[in-house]
Amino acid sequence: MNWFKKLLPSRIRTNGAAKRGVPEGLWTSCPACKAMLYHAELERNMHVCPKCQHHLRIRARKRLDKFLDPQPRAEIGADITPVDFLRFKDSKRYKERLQEAQHATGETDAFVVIAGKLKGLPVVAGAFEFEFMGGSMGSVVGERFVRAVAACIDKKIPLVCFAASGGARMQEALVSLMQMSKTAAALAALRKRDIPFISVLTDPTMGGVSASLAMLGDIQIAEPNALIGFAGPRVIEQTVRQTLPEGFQRSEFLLAHGAIDLIVDRRQMRDRIAGLLSLLTHQSLS
Amino acid sequence: MNLNFLDFEQPIAELEAKIEELRYLGNDSDINITEEIARLKQRSQELTRSIFSTLSAYQVSRLARHPQRPYTLDYVARLFTDFEELHGDRCFGDDAAVVAGLARFGERPVAIIGHQKGRSTKENLQRNFGMARPEGYRKALRIMKLAERFRLPILTFIDTPGAYPGIDAEERGQSGAIAGNLIEMAALATPVIATVIGEGGSGGALAIGVADRVLMLEYSTYAVISPEGCASILWKSADRAGDAAEAMGITSRRLLELRLVDQVIEEPLGGAHRDPDLTAARLKKALEDQLAHLKGIPVAQLVEMRFQRLMHFGVYRQT
Repeated sequence: MNWFKKLLPSRIRTNGAAKRGVPEGLWTSCPACKAMLYHAELERNMHVCPKCQHHLRIRARKRLDKFLDPQPRAEIGADITPVDFLRFKDSKRYKERLQEAQHATGETDAFVVIAGKLKGLPVVAGAFEFEFMGGSMGSVVGERFVRAVAACIDKKIPLVCFAASGGARMQEALVSLMQMSKTAAALAALRKRDIPFISVLTDPTMGGVSASLAMLGDIQIAEPNALIGFAGPRVIEQTVRQTLPEGFQRSEFLLAHGAIDLIVDRRQMRDRIAGLLSLLTHQSLS
Repeated sequence: MNLNFLDFEQPIAELEAKIEELRYLGNDSDINITEEIARLKQRSQELTRSIFSTLSAYQVSRLARHPQRPYTLDYVARLFTDFEELHGDRCFGDDAAVVAGLARFGERPVAIIGHQKGRSTKENLQRNFGMARPEGYRKALRIMKLAERFRLPILTFIDTPGAYPGIDAEERGQSGAIAGNLIEMAALATPVIATVIGEGGSGGALAIGVADRVLMLEYSTYAVISPEGCASILWKSADRAGDAAEAMGITSRRLLELRLVDQVIEEPLGGAHRDPDLTAARLKKALEDQLAHLKGIPVAQLVEMRFQRLMHFGVYRQT
């Protein structure tokens, strides 16, 4: 939609990895067991609580950094940035929300894609940044995902996606809904070429992201105890007017109901996915 | 207050009541009131025209959800012959919130899929207010794959508040069912035309809405979330639904401007429910025209065009 772009004044770009707005303390309390955790230790443990194994949320770029081999790495879609094309305003303007999220996270939008290697296997890996407007999917997320798929098709290499999202981005209205069909169509093209797509569902994966790309993996993996579903628990509770069962919409619930293949601890994610891809692609790992 | 009319239509309702009253009087008196009735009729029309020329997005959303609005089966009865409804997803059950089947559209065999709301409380319990569960979407997909194999064009009719947010729906994989339809519809080797006839509610609508052409009836809506839902999240109050409806641009005209839909079908004065036959006739004409066009395109090219169409959704800046 080029005519949209013409209407828009060119503005200052924010660069990919600017510094974070909030300084981090030395100690973090585990949201599950309330244990005080030394930050460096948590970091070494990939943001998994060493006391109760609770998987804390982890930033997109950090996740990809720990997942991929150190070299080579090339970011995909960093040149695509969001636009407030509807001039959407609720209690705040979408434009302001974007700027705030960009400032707070150092990301330009809620999805980061990096082409690299996993134990020597070339892969494209993407991760949702939940800190950026709840990891919501708008035009930029959709387009970056499509470009990730295109890179996989181009090089005939697998795709791995770590989802963490509240769903579609309301501030982009119906255009955000269309990102569901757009990303699904891209995956149809990938599927036709028999290129593997591994979808990892992390806490939380809901709504439009769950009902499109995240549930379309050839292999569906979830991190332990992640909230995964279509409708949010609060909406369901209000609709059916009954208390939700224990563990409802958690990874273990999905595994028991046949919706996912595996639950994998974050600290083993790299090894396990590399192993699966090695089997699917008939290639050996380095 | 006349419940057949929405709050913003009450002035029309009052006039119509007066006309009825006069008619009743005219029956048992000699006074000639034909002229007076004709005058009032005209005023009622003018009033309707004036009210409907300045509808807000939220008012349109109320019309889209009007309890008397024609539903999928009302159009099926008027548009098609030889309709055979087909049931079940072959895995779990038959979801009455989605109707699917085969029929003849003119001479041409087609597959039909649509959300179905109920009129009465009893029917609404059965139809679940048009909110489908996974088995509904899987039934829809089964019929779509059937249509593909036998080269039948697929016509879908969208009218749902959204996919059902229930415990059972989640247990049976609501997300997976919707996602499955999206990926399969993207590559169906047969023409697909989707028409929003009432409420186009989010993922539940899109699950039968990936198409070569997307049409909308004039007073239908299509949105990522209901105005009330959006308002309660972003404004923290469902009372701001009017603002949310405006901000999201959920009306057919706005979505046509944004090029997210291809054609808007004009509704009779006062909305589809004031004249379902006329609405159906216009819908039929639109579907015939679109289908005639799509039938001329080789299937491989059609699928490629659909793919390109989907890839073009999105507005972003590239540097």
